[in-house]
Amino acid sequence: MTLLAVERIKLFTTRSPWWCMVLALGLTIGITAIIAANWSDSPMPVLGAVFTHTFGLYVIMVMAALAVTTEYRFGTIKSTFQAVPDRISPMVAKAVVVTVLAGLVGLASAFGSWGISMLLADDTSQLALNSGNDWRHVAGVGLVYAAGAVLALGIGALVRQTAGAVSIILVFALVLESVVGFIPNIGDDIQKWMPFTVVTKFIFGDPDPSAIPDGAGPPTVGELSPWGSFAYFAGIALAIYIISLVVVKRRDA
Amino acid sequence: MIEAIGLTKRYGNTVAVDNLSFTIAPGRVTGFLGPNGAGKSTTMRMILGLDRPTSGKVLIDGTPYAQLDRPLRTVGALLDAKWVHPNRSAKAHLQWLAKSNGLPARRVDEVLDLVGLSKVAKRRAGGFSLGMSQRLGIAGALLGDPKVLLFDEPVNGLDPEGILWIRQFMQGLAADGRTVLVSSHLLSEMAVTATDLVVIGRGKLISQSSTTEFVERSTENTVRVRSPHADKLGALLVDKGFTVREDTDSSLSVSGASSDQIGDIAAASGVVLHELSPQRGSLEEAFMQLTGDSVEYHAAETGK
Repeated sequence: MTLLAVERIKLFTTRSPWWCMVLALGLTIGITAIIAANWSDSPMPVLGAVFTHTFGLYVIMVMAALAVTTEYRFGTIKSTFQAVPDRISPMVAKAVVVTVLAGLVGLASAFGSWGISMLLADDTSQLALNSGNDWRHVAGVGLVYAAGAVLALGIGALVRQTAGAVSIILVFALVLESVVGFIPNIGDDIQKWMPFTVVTKFIFGDPDPSAIPDGAGPPTVGELSPWGSFAYFAGIALAIYIISLVVVKRRDA
Repeated sequence: MIEAIGLTKRYGNTVAVDNLSFTIAPGRVTGFLGPNGAGKSTTMRMILGLDRPTSGKVLIDGTPYAQLDRPLRTVGALLDAKWVHPNRSAKAHLQWLAKSNGLPARRVDEVLDLVGLSKVAKRRAGGFSLGMSQRLGIAGALLGDPKVLLFDEPVNGLDPEGILWIRQFMQGLAADGRTVLVSSHLLSEMAVTATDLVVIGRGKLISQSSTTEFVERSTENTVRVRSPHADKLGALLVDKGFTVREDTDSSLSVSGASSDQIGDIAAASGVVLHELSPQRGSLEEAFMQLTGDSVEYHAAETGK
């Protein structure tokens, strides 16, 4: 518990987490507001309200990576390990704090986007959260942000520098996963196992047929069910995070 | 007490610290002396468990650092004053450190007061001058009221006032009975700060002794003699088995003899003396003599 308090102090006594949270919420809710205000012709579906969640995901992942890389950048990681020489417990405490925070931001972003859609959309008849699928589309964003934070913490601890970690996360999520689809023959098969592509299915996959005509929603790919897609993404995140713990334990600080 | 036993750190083919053994006693300031690149910082990081020794071990009162319970209560260290998040306030920096080792929040105010930073406690540490950063680093080292303190090059880049403050501070800590190890590549600084010296070069132990002993043992003590009958006196001294060198100003430099002996010999032979003065080697000379072969990066010979 003490170490959780330590990591909480560390996180909230610098400015970048605040900026990242404001940016994540502003981007998702703000762009959703524009979408909702311009949604015409048909009732706005729940999926339309969380369409922007990926923008917030990248920002929250940057926040999580920064939580580790700034410690290396400014040498406070040495003070951390001096104070708690087993190294693993402070790193786990940091992960708990950052992951919970990321999850909360995810929930705030998703429900904020959904709420503003309720306010601004012309026809809100399909926006009510009536089914498990509807709840997954919205509340699931919290889980995705949390898992994304774990992945980013792992990458941050492995790479140890902000520019490197942030580039890896953004280039992978925004460029590599799309480009890989252009490889002849095998591209599509690789792409449908790429983590960010897969996790999209957790949010967008299998909408209620009454809300969206079959095939009209955002495209989702992958062999797994929506929850299976999340488990796949979370599994990769956890694996990379655990590798980073082993490396941190072994490496000279 | 800090005890290093066969401490070795290798990076690939480079040996940074080579089979280093020493003991640092409590109640005094011990200087950890060596040229740049001698392995001082690496050794200090190994003492704190930040770097893993390739072989050997280092113990704090008989325990490896990693096994200390709430280590800030036993060992305080200032390795680099810039190891602070620049956008975090001095107070917040100390608060998380204190919290991590279960130290009461009021201890933060106490150490801030102790190093004279109370007035700027809420300011971001990134805006601190080097001297203020050093004080903040020292405040961090003192948080847990530790018995053992390590300082790596604490006076580097400080103004004379700051140097004096740190020197007196360290001596005060040692007077309380604490173990104080302070590294430096500046001999003149160590001569006035440290009672004991551990000297290393290229990762190897060169000497461990008291500062005065180090100087006496490693410098050649000579006596300078001027006399109108220098030739006669020189011959007499050589007969007695002393080494005599004639200097450029035709004075004599005698080693192996005390000024008393030379005076007696001169009087017995009726030799007039114009000058008879014992010369003491400086700490710098001793240092250069001992570590001359061990300097990692020799200045390139300039064209002749």
